[in-house]
Amino acid sequence: MATSPGTSKRPMRLLRNLNAKIASIPMVATALVIFVGCTLWTVVYSFTDSKLLPRLNFVGFDQYDRLWGTRRWLVSIENLAWYGVCSLILTLVIGFTLAALLDRKVRFENTFRTILLYPFALSFIVTGLVWQWILNPDFGVQQVVRDWGWTSFTFDPLYNPDIVIFGILIAGIWQGSGLIMVIMLAGLRGIDEDIWKAARVDGIPTWKTYVVVIIPMMRPVFVTALVLIASGIVKVYDLVVAQTSGGPGIASEVPAKYVYDKMFASQNLAQGFAASTMMLVSVIIILIPWAYLEFGGKKRG
Amino acid sequence: MKTFSKLLTTAAFLTAGVAHATELEVTHWWTSGGEAAAVTEFANAFNATGNTWVDGAIAGSGGTARPIIISRILGGDPMGATQLNHGRQAEELIEAGLMLDLTDIATEGDWANVVNPTSLLDACTLDGKIYCVPVNIHSWQWIWLSNKAFADAGVDTPTNWDEFVAAAPALEEAGKVPLAMGQQPWQSNGAFGVIAVAIGGEDLWNKINVDKDAEAAAGPEMAKVFEAAVTAREMAANSRVQDWNQATNMVITGEAGGQIMGDWAQGEFQIAGQTAGEEYECLPGLGVNEVISTGGDAFYFPKSDDPDVTAAQKELAKLMISQEVQVAFNLKKGSLPVRGDIDLSAANDCMKKGLEILAAGNVMVSGDEVLSADTQGQIEDLMVEFWNDPSYSAADAQAAYAAIIADAD
Repeated sequence: MATSPGTSKRPMRLLRNLNAKIASIPMVATALVIFVGCTLWTVVYSFTDSKLLPRLNFVGFDQYDRLWGTRRWLVSIENLAWYGVCSLILTLVIGFTLAALLDRKVRFENTFRTILLYPFALSFIVTGLVWQWILNPDFGVQQVVRDWGWTSFTFDPLYNPDIVIFGILIAGIWQGSGLIMVIMLAGLRGIDEDIWKAARVDGIPTWKTYVVVIIPMMRPVFVTALVLIASGIVKVYDLVVAQTSGGPGIASEVPAKYVYDKMFASQNLAQGFAASTMMLVSVIIILIPWAYLEFGGKKRG
Repeated sequence: MKTFSKLLTTAAFLTAGVAHATELEVTHWWTSGGEAAAVTEFANAFNATGNTWVDGAIAGSGGTARPIIISRILGGDPMGATQLNHGRQAEELIEAGLMLDLTDIATEGDWANVVNPTSLLDACTLDGKIYCVPVNIHSWQWIWLSNKAFADAGVDTPTNWDEFVAAAPALEEAGKVPLAMGQQPWQSNGAFGVIAVAIGGEDLWNKINVDKDAEAAAGPEMAKVFEAAVTAREMAANSRVQDWNQATNMVITGEAGGQIMGDWAQGEFQIAGQTAGEEYECLPGLGVNEVISTGGDAFYFPKSDDPDVTAAQKELAKLMISQEVQVAFNLKKGSLPVRGDIDLSAANDCMKKGLEILAAGNVMVSGDEVLSADTQGQIEDLMVEFWNDPSYSAADAQAAYAAIIADAD
């Protein structure tokens, strides 16, 4: 729209592309009612003392006070931060590296691509169970290595409260990096052959071409990948349930699980709403500056 | 067209059949061996009346099943009947008018006089109306001990908690886990409750849980309870099973010395062909304070517009509390019957101990009856952390516990 020449000749701007606009009304209405409406409803009820059933009995910030005074919530936030940062960086790095390797015109590329993408076809529950078995000290990796003769070998992340979140991270990355690889691969295929030729003529080493030329050109692909990974991080739930159910103790709790447990098991809707509102706020805090840079910047440039 | 009319006829026949014998879906979370055997008694008795019991077992535990049950009722897809622990869990569902009022059949069956202790019926009562059928009494306050484990370790089977603690090093030396503990939150919470009643006594328990006295919760008597819980935590350090029946199995096989678990554990021993006094021992109140709580399971009947369903629901309610079914069910389940007027001579030693305590009136209310699900959830979270984190000191845990009691509603 920004490229269209002056609007003075077209009187009714609102009526332009009328059919398209009418066609999108249902979707817009759905988005408004379901997403915005329900979000507002949740936020409003987070200020009440609703228990099993929602009721409008306002108690101010009590639910939030309690939330931030609860150890389990604080542990959940800390876990999400660790999981988030590590999973963001590692998934991107692993995904891109795999894509770059596949892009070097290897033989059996299709086979490799299928194998690497395969974990993504599994649900988180299945992934979680598989990794629960692999990491189980009595049947999994630890036992296999011990059977080879290294009897003092210890690797039981799911049973060690200090590192349990990394046990979950392993499963998360295994599941998620295949998809990122495919997206990156598509991005790499979109890079013009001539750029590679030019870089070769100039004598720039391959790795440097990637870092200085290719990656900056793939910015939109990275943004897509980033959004996909980030949304997966905030809602991580089933993986934890399948692998550890939050244990040992409360060492691998995550915010989404807190929300579920408070709303349904503890029959305290308002507390669950307060926690989910906090999740929304943190997403907004990250999203708004990013959206501003991404979309606001373009208009000016 | 011909096939279509055939289909219609079949459908008409089917509907006629359904109207005749009403199907009731009954949801519950009784899935371990002993529990499943007990629930079959209900099903058989109900099927014998010409109706059909559609089993809706939900695997996991109450913590998993309750949210599913409640969201089905709230979501307008109610089952015919459902298990819940009586007490405050269904309070709001009743207030919202979603549950069937059973007052008429309760009066007809004279429940007020046959149900013993009466607190069970009180827990089903809201504003003078009765909304649930208590089916059994569950008491948490038991410890189950494996004679084999203690014999292997070369010590006598203890007769109280202190002796058990003293025997722990010998058990460990023999390669046993002194105390078997599952990792599910309700187990951590329950075991703590048992220790609290046994070590702190009933008065202290009532002060904290009924009167919500935060000072008592922070006091020196409760400190002793937390110290004992730390000892128990050390004894259970090597127990890595998840489900309660896996932990019970450790006691059955003699891998573990003992387990703090409610009387439903009995069903597992029975299925394994073991006899109380021979292969295993049971100590009510950890052998220190012989008192049992009288919480338990109850069945609620979500309201239905269909009069046939309502009739079948009432029939099932009557059946569940009838003398024959109570005997058959509770013998399999290992729990105590809710009627004081039936003969349980077939009961084993442990159940008899329980019946004696019940007859002597050494009963207390259960946590489900006095604490809201929310408060229980908070205590559960605390206990899960406490049992699993060896660096969580007794004093810190007690402070957190007192804070929860201060806020309890």
